[in-house]
Amino acid sequence: MGRRAPYWLALPGWLWLGIFLVVPIAAMASVSLTTGNLIEGFAQTLSVSNYSDAIAKYSTQLVRSLVYGGVATLLMLLLGYPVAYWIAFKGGSRKSMYLFLLLLPFFVSFVLRTISWGFLLADDGILFGTLKGWGVLPTDFHVLATTVAVIGGLVYNFLPFMILPIYVALERVDPRVIEAAYDLYASRFDAFRRVVLPLSLPGVFAGVLMTFVPATADPVNAAVLGGTGNTMIGNIIQTEYLVNSNYPTASALSFTLMAVLLIGIFIYARTLGTDNVLEAAAR
Amino acid sequence: MNNPLLRGLTQSRYSRRDAMRVAGFSAAGLALAACGVQGQKAAPPKASEVADFWSTQKKNGQVVFANWPEYMPEDQGPLKKFQQATGISYEYKEVIQENADFFGKSEPQLRAGQPLGYDIIVMTNGLQLAKMITLGYLVALDHKQLPNFAANAGAKYKNPSFDPNNQFTIPWQAGVTGIAYNTKYVKEDITSIQSLFDKKYEGKVGMMADAQEIANFAMFAVGVDPDKSTQADWEKAGAKLAEQRDSGVVRKYYDQSYIDAVAKGDIWLSQAWSGDVFQRQLAGEPVKFVVPAEGGTIWVDNMAIPKGAANPVDALMLMDFMYQPEIAAELTEYIQYVTPVPGVQAILAAKDDKDAKALAESPLIFPTDDDYAKLRSYKTLTAAEETVFNGIFQSITQG
Amino acid sequence: MRTRFGDRVLHWYTWLIILWLSSPIAVMIVFGFNDKKSKSNTSWQGFTLKWYQELFAIDGLTEALINSIVIAVVSTILATTLGTLLGLAVGRYRFRGKGLTNFLIFAAISTPELVMGASLLSLFVSANAPRGHVTIIIAHTLFSLAFVVVTVRARVVVLDPSLEEAARDLGAGTWETFRLVTLPSIMPGVAAGAMLAFALSIDDYVVTSFVNGSELTFPLWIIGSVKVGIPAQVNVMGTLIFALGALVAIANSVSSRRRAAR
Repeated sequence: MGRRAPYWLALPGWLWLGIFLVVPIAAMASVSLTTGNLIEGFAQTLSVSNYSDAIAKYSTQLVRSLVYGGVATLLMLLLGYPVAYWIAFKGGSRKSMYLFLLLLPFFVSFVLRTISWGFLLADDGILFGTLKGWGVLPTDFHVLATTVAVIGGLVYNFLPFMILPIYVALERVDPRVIEAAYDLYASRFDAFRRVVLPLSLPGVFAGVLMTFVPATADPVNAAVLGGTGNTMIGNIIQTEYLVNSNYPTASALSFTLMAVLLIGIFIYARTLGTDNVLEAAAR
Repeated sequence: MNNPLLRGLTQSRYSRRDAMRVAGFSAAGLALAACGVQGQKAAPPKASEVADFWSTQKKNGQVVFANWPEYMPEDQGPLKKFQQATGISYEYKEVIQENADFFGKSEPQLRAGQPLGYDIIVMTNGLQLAKMITLGYLVALDHKQLPNFAANAGAKYKNPSFDPNNQFTIPWQAGVTGIAYNTKYVKEDITSIQSLFDKKYEGKVGMMADAQEIANFAMFAVGVDPDKSTQADWEKAGAKLAEQRDSGVVRKYYDQSYIDAVAKGDIWLSQAWSGDVFQRQLAGEPVKFVVPAEGGTIWVDNMAIPKGAANPVDALMLMDFMYQPEIAAELTEYIQYVTPVPGVQAILAAKDDKDAKALAESPLIFPTDDDYAKLRSYKTLTAAEETVFNGIFQSITQG
Repeated sequence: MRTRFGDRVLHWYTWLIILWLSSPIAVMIVFGFNDKKSKSNTSWQGFTLKWYQELFAIDGLTEALINSIVIAVVSTILATTLGTLLGLAVGRYRFRGKGLTNFLIFAAISTPELVMGASLLSLFVSANAPRGHVTIIIAHTLFSLAFVVVTVRARVVVLDPSLEEAARDLGAGTWETFRLVTLPSIMPGVAAGAMLAFALSIDDYVVTSFVNGSELTFPLWIIGSVKVGIPAQVNVMGTLIFALGALVAIANSVSSRRRAAR
């Protein structure tokens, strides 16, 4: 074992990723360089114009997706961190129960969740209809079919993916260390900033990776909760692939998106800047 | 219960040879880069070829039917009767969720010459079905073996523009795209398609996300028959839709969730499918449906036999069996969509059953002759036309 | 010791978040009791228990639910095992290929679902591998794997390796050290990763719709039924999944409290 240990540990995962991710994705990458259409056939022309054309045509949606994904991730961090903190330090014997309850709604199909949200948030529904009846809200107030709804949907659907890794990192910290820190430093905020926050950073990094990336690529929330002008890049990829059978453009867009996300995560890791996090950064 | 899951887990499905081939794909990954994806545009089959094909086929005593969920009574009565009448055993699979998804996953298999494992599939007339036909992925039907279809299908369901002479498809169920409106909010009788473009309903209008659905309605609005439309007409229709969107009339381009939105009052009027509105009326919700004076769209979910089907003769027999009026009536009673068999109306009306009578009397299940005269199909597009068409109308919905 | 005010606020806040996440589930549960008169199930029309009595009346739906549960369990076990080992490797060691491994994990998370599904399908078609449970499990393991790795790694990098060195100094073998020292210390990460993997698998639509062949899962069946109308049994099944999960959570918390009390 010894020095070979990491290789043995990584081998099964490597095989899985190698066969079922690298090989198919490489084939897909080659499709992104073809030209033609489904009926006449696609010919390999090694043309990069698919990329430049797709970026030119869909830059609005690409930028919009990054903004929505970024805002949603920030909100998830702000909303999720306190939850992870409380469960890790004060959850006691019920820690795993709380985590499980946070995830349980996601064991039920997103179609049902979506329909239920439509019911709860209807313009004249159980919530807003009542508030409008009381005169608290103007009659034309609505949340569905807006940017707010899309970002809210992203936050809702990915929040557990932020909370769990932060919890996992924080749970390692001995609560007595925290208590000691609180006694030691002048203010609770100081103690938090100097002791708790650095210890949780690997969890924060993992959480951001697991929320920002899928949220930006998400095709569901914009379609279900958005209105006109909320289309995200995930929707475009689906339309180009499934409706237009334009496989080259769909793959070119996907690889563009992946590259942009990779750059984003790399910059983020750099700015976050601790050694541990740099270790964790996907390089 | 005969659970295929248990079979799947207990049988060895993966031979060593298959595993070797997986390994071979790694090399193929880049080989693919060299040759690209071969086009398979197929010349329309000659009549003699079709006759030759069918003369070599015979009844095998089994059939696999792939359909959408909830598109067959829960007791599978019509299928059981088919089995009793013909001795053909059936497998019924509710494996189709969306036309686009189904095409997206079937296309690579058919291209590789691998059978889908189904003898009958059901697809809506539209972009994907057109591609299935153009690419030669459907088996031309032998109409000599479809006597019930010839005798009982309504005139509107024969020889459709998307499949002349029903060469590859015959209808399963159909529906109408018109306008639904919520009478709690809309105090006038809607009759014109222009209401969808009316500034007074700003933010309260729903349109569909599907390019062909919005295209048809915009063409009706500018006075063009979709069947005869040209690129110039599409551009005019596109401009009309762009104006509708930019002036804030449209709240959202919906998938099927539009019907919830109309029923709850999120939107007041919307493009709508007849079957959805009928269900809301049954539930007592204040939703009305109208085929606008300028025109409406008829769409058809069609049965077809995919290339490589193992039991084409049995498939034809099943397809034809569903055109017996009694059987078609049983389907309509459960599915509550528009049936391609007009004779069903009299059968349901004669039943001593309040629900069946309600179906028979509803213009949402049996459109009037007036309505039928106004209905058009989606424009059938060539590959080149499709690119232009999608370019115009997707830029509306995907801004 | 008196609980601090801030802790109490956070306690309530945590429950508020749980309630928020669960609120649509409440609607789903209520409509499982709706005595609906048509195929649509969105307006309340009276109370009934008939959907519970007819819970398994739709064979295809029942089969799809069983498929989903089995696939989720198997792919969770696979993804958690592979992901934990890989997470340990990249979290603990410096080795040749580590950067590439991190890159692969990133790629697995950032590949749009549709591309993952479509490209896996072309792999399976090229290999002429029959599509079904095996291919669905392969796909689910693939996308869950990366999430497990990232979660486990977040735990591993904050651990102190000296404990394992101590164990080895005391004469524990590699396997014993792993079982008695390493695994317990990374267990929260492993458990969290497994929960995420399960949630990802049981709710997946896009990838599954490419590689399922003619097998159906719960989400696929539901999406297909939207066209005509989602039957109320779907709500009841959702309710039972949720109730079963809640029971497990409560039982778990009670038993761990007993253990703690002892």
